[in-house]
Amino acid sequence: MVGQQRQILWEDTVPPGAYLTRVIPRGHTLRVTDVEGAGAASVLAYNQDQLTERYNAADTAKVQGTAFLTAGMVLVSDLGRAMFSITSDTSAAGHETLSGGTTPWSIRRSYGDGGSYQELRNGRYTNDRDNFIAALGRHGLDRRDLVPTLNLFSRLNIRPDGSFELADSRLAGASVGMRAEMNVLIAISATPHVLDPSRTWKPGPLVVSVGQDDPPDPAVDACRNRSDVARRVFESTDDYWSQRNGGVR
Amino acid sequence: MSTFTVGSGEPWGSILAAGTTLRIIDLEGTQAVDVLFYNARNPIERYSATETIRAQRNFYVSTGTVLLSDEGNALARIVEDTCGRHDTVGGACVAEGNASRFGPATKYMHNCRDNFLVGLSQFGLSKRDIVPNVNFFMNVPLGEAGQLQIADGISKPGDHVDLVMEMDTLVVISNCPQVNNPCNGWNPTPIRLDWTAPGR
Repeated sequence: MVGQQRQILWEDTVPPGAYLTRVIPRGHTLRVTDVEGAGAASVLAYNQDQLTERYNAADTAKVQGTAFLTAGMVLVSDLGRAMFSITSDTSAAGHETLSGGTTPWSIRRSYGDGGSYQELRNGRYTNDRDNFIAALGRHGLDRRDLVPTLNLFSRLNIRPDGSFELADSRLAGASVGMRAEMNVLIAISATPHVLDPSRTWKPGPLVVSVGQDDPPDPAVDACRNRSDVARRVFESTDDYWSQRNGGVR
Repeated sequence: MSTFTVGSGEPWGSILAAGTTLRIIDLEGTQAVDVLFYNARNPIERYSATETIRAQRNFYVSTGTVLLSDEGNALARIVEDTCGRHDTVGGACVAEGNASRFGPATKYMHNCRDNFLVGLSQFGLSKRDIVPNVNFFMNVPLGEAGQLQIADGISKPGDHVDLVMEMDTLVVISNCPQVNNPCNGWNPTPIRLDWTAPGR
């Protein structure tokens, strides 16, 4: 039986506006909880064993047929392999991967001046771009490695003419579980969604944990068996893993 | 005026001076043209699809779209467009993605990733420098539930788009070789590039 007996190996709380970087070993499950329903959680992911391989929003959307992700779907790398399976999701409306993260200039436009370290100390206004540069810099990556993010706990309203805005999909306590399908280097940045219309700086804390579920049964795993395309993504990942492990999958 | 015909499935790259107008002509229609842009003087500054769509609050690229860099600076501006819609969220084809989306028979087929890697290598750039690109003449409608599909192309033979370079810009093109979806009308065809440097 595929159990949900989840052993928590590590847990921490990312304060509002801060970032976290960590390696999630293959088979472990990353869980992110939006404690206050701030909708402020952007994620980037890299193959820890080959850092030039990274999360690819367009290919993830093309595999799924949608850019709003939820349980049963898979985050795909730019080499067509599975990085994370989304194994659980209690969010109101999934997670969008179209609009990217905040920048120093987007934060200034949204929240004005007055957010400096001199004024607010560690409550200062931060942004995803600088957070990711600082997070990824610790692993030898730099701004060339920044790509469109997965924005957890957020959804867009898209109109037929292509215009868009942030949808209201916040839910305090919403949580998403993602099982690593390779050794994944992640960076999570807890700044407000880049399209958040609010003019009040109010990101929220994220509880981030890493645990271990029972290993999935490939024959019935929901993410692997969602479609023929998904199955081939996982088979490609199996093949990659067997190359790393001397032929053992 | 300089002119160059990019054969079907081929890459092309050049540095165009600020003020240059580049016309991309879809000679036979329904041909996707994947394009990356860099600040030629400092290529770490590169095209940003998310900056571009956020600034105009619209996913579709057409006349009036300013192609912005990851620093929020203008790389190029679209001043004329006889097609009416271009994409910047659909990404570029890659062998590994083809194999999963279209099956193992497509695994060794030519793809835009290879064109970008070869094209960028001439300028000292590599895989890390490949970011989401602009797909001229590619039709990627987005649904209200986030649905994303590569739909039938809508460009007619001879349709063109004109871009004015706002800085000295490195332009790298993959004339898309995809034969597994309708982005090229199932038949990749040549494009022509005409460009005129300022003061010439």
